[in-house]
Amino acid sequence: MALFEAKNVTKQYGTQLALDNVSISVPEKCIFGLLGPNGAGKTTLIRIINQITGPDSGELFLEGKKLKPDDVLRIGYLPEERGLYKKMKVGEQALYFAQLKGLTKAEAMKRLRYWFNKLDIAEWWGKKVEELSKGMQQKVQFITTVLHEPKLIIFDEPFTGFDPVNTNIIKNEILFLREMGSTIIFSTHNMESVEELCDNITLINKAKTILEGNVDDIRRQWAANEYEIVFEGNAVLPEQEKINILKRHDENGRTRIRFRIRDGIDTNDVLGNALVSGRIISFNPALPSMNEIFIRVVESRN
Amino acid sequence: MMNKVSVIIKREYLTRVRKKSFIIMTILAPLLMALLIVVPTLLMMNQEQDYKKIAVIEDGTDLFRGKIGNTKNLEFVYLEGIRISDLKNSFEQAGYYGILYISPEIITTPNAIQLLSKKQPPIGMLEHIEKSLEKEIEKQKLKAYDIENLDEIMKNVETRVSIQTIKIDDSGNVKETSTGVAMALAYIGGFLMYMLVFMFGAQVMRGVIEEKTSRVVEVIVSSVKPVQLMMGKIIGIALVGLTQFLIWVFLTIAIAGSLKSTVLQKSDLQELSRDAARSLMAEETRVQTATSIPETDTRISEFGKLFETAMNQPWGLIIISFIFYFITGYLLYASIFAAIGSAVDNETETQQFMLPVTIPIILGLMVAMGTMQNPESQLSLWCSIIPLTSPIVMIARIPFGVPYWQLALSMGLMVVTFAAFVWMAAKIYRTGILMYGKKTSWKEMWKWLRYSG
Repeated sequence: MALFEAKNVTKQYGTQLALDNVSISVPEKCIFGLLGPNGAGKTTLIRIINQITGPDSGELFLEGKKLKPDDVLRIGYLPEERGLYKKMKVGEQALYFAQLKGLTKAEAMKRLRYWFNKLDIAEWWGKKVEELSKGMQQKVQFITTVLHEPKLIIFDEPFTGFDPVNTNIIKNEILFLREMGSTIIFSTHNMESVEELCDNITLINKAKTILEGNVDDIRRQWAANEYEIVFEGNAVLPEQEKINILKRHDENGRTRIRFRIRDGIDTNDVLGNALVSGRIISFNPALPSMNEIFIRVVESRN
Repeated sequence: MMNKVSVIIKREYLTRVRKKSFIIMTILAPLLMALLIVVPTLLMMNQEQDYKKIAVIEDGTDLFRGKIGNTKNLEFVYLEGIRISDLKNSFEQAGYYGILYISPEIITTPNAIQLLSKKQPPIGMLEHIEKSLEKEIEKQKLKAYDIENLDEIMKNVETRVSIQTIKIDDSGNVKETSTGVAMALAYIGGFLMYMLVFMFGAQVMRGVIEEKTSRVVEVIVSSVKPVQLMMGKIIGIALVGLTQFLIWVFLTIAIAGSLKSTVLQKSDLQELSRDAARSLMAEETRVQTATSIPETDTRISEFGKLFETAMNQPWGLIIISFIFYFITGYLLYASIFAAIGSAVDNETETQQFMLPVTIPIILGLMVAMGTMQNPESQLSLWCSIIPLTSPIVMIARIPFGVPYWQLALSMGLMVVTFAAFVWMAAKIYRTGILMYGKKTSWKEMWKWLRYSG
């Protein structure tokens, strides 16, 4: 069952259409990538999910029930444009946000202590926010996003401002949250992390959905009969009418060749021909990166 | 949901009240205000209390000898055969406060008289001299008509007038009033309203801008409705204002009170010793000073009367309407300020929006000051009914008496308008706080008003 669903959401600002009949369906315990170029309408959709703004038309469902005002307490949101009160103390501020999410002071204190220790920022509790490094502020914001144990968590570019070490820590925390039963909507331009984390995606461009589905399915779909073969030593894959060599690459005594199989040709035929060329180490369908797919899809639409 | 607003109110209130600048302002401001009240009174009292001797030099004539009467702290010494140039540089050493030089042209040219002194002479002294000389010159001129028993006639004719103002309300009740008290109340009330609305309204705006530029706002509006955040901030700051205001009132009264009583005690002692000295003086001096004694008596009774008429003011009405107009006026302006704060990216950008908002406030203050002079003017009437100026102007009008229908109309309009402004501001605010990097115009804000939820 889908934990969250948006059906035919349309939103207009003045004469500008921000979302045109967009639908998404986020399965439970899934990390769902919401992708799209700048200005595509992602932020508008996220704001609608958070009920910061309302849609002009369309419906939203959380756990099968229509989204209601109180549901903000079951959603966690880390916006891209985020910040903290600079003059306020870290702990006080985290408490404030927790209380706005409906936690009692005592409960919030208990959970905050756990998270501050877990992310190793406990000694900053009494400091003012302006004394913290950007990465540490991000950690505080991460904590305030997940503290009330929301069913649905929305991360908008969660890794900006983090060094590789901290990026990894947060990545693991996101995976941990999914283990604990949260469902995550993840919006980013960093396609590597999409490949790494996301199960499903929706790609929005110019207010419309242009691509959606399981990440692996999409990559296979876009593979477009491309394969990669690796030989030990120097090998030559005979140029045949069956294949089209795209790229050839020698490395550490290995030969890596990428090619496309022409329509109607069986892969076994190609592999059979290759067997005589040398010792094969691997033969794989070459999946395009999400980055390539993103660029190709968006450019083909523009 | 109400619970969240109270969490916001608490934060807005506590972060401001705990600031060093708040504590310093709260303590220093009444000290400064007390000084502002006490220092001039002190100076004035000292000037009036100090015993001053003034040398009078008449150039060639002898018309005014003894005609300028001594008072309890002014003594006029008539010098003969001394020219002004002789004394010009040495009068202070000779124990004189100044030199009054009367030229013979005085009868025909009223300004042929000079007072030389090292310090700015107090207004009371000048009035005393002018009055005495005027009287004397009048007498001289009358004498030229050869009227019999002139002195006696003059004494008979002499009168003093002091107007007693009595206000009759619609039900025919009569109350003695004082225009002075009403004016003071109008001034204090109008100015206070202006200050409170402006100062704390601007604080709301700065708070909104802070939240917007620090990007903290989007996190918050994912937990609470923008209108809740806005109202929480407005109410929180109103409470800060109220706290500060109450502390100010309390401290000002305490400080001014204690300072004044010490000053008064001191001057009372001085007066006593001087009275004792004076009673030893000769009979004729007694006669001369006699005019000044009833004067102090009337001053005391005047003060009593002032107090009495001050108590006759409709205090209940004044206080209730002040609170009413402060709440509605502050809400009205604070919501406009909040909307402006939401529409801009930093404080310098607020200027284009501030002008149209400041104009009605300043206009209100100006009309309120005019109201003190002429409470019945058409301008005051309309400005006390039109909601953007009414909080300031109506407060200034109330001490002079306002028909109930006008008050009701003004208050009714105020409630309707403030509700409408809060509603509109909330709509602009909701869109504005999430809008970055775009120069906003009035037209743009108008568009935001019509966006749906």
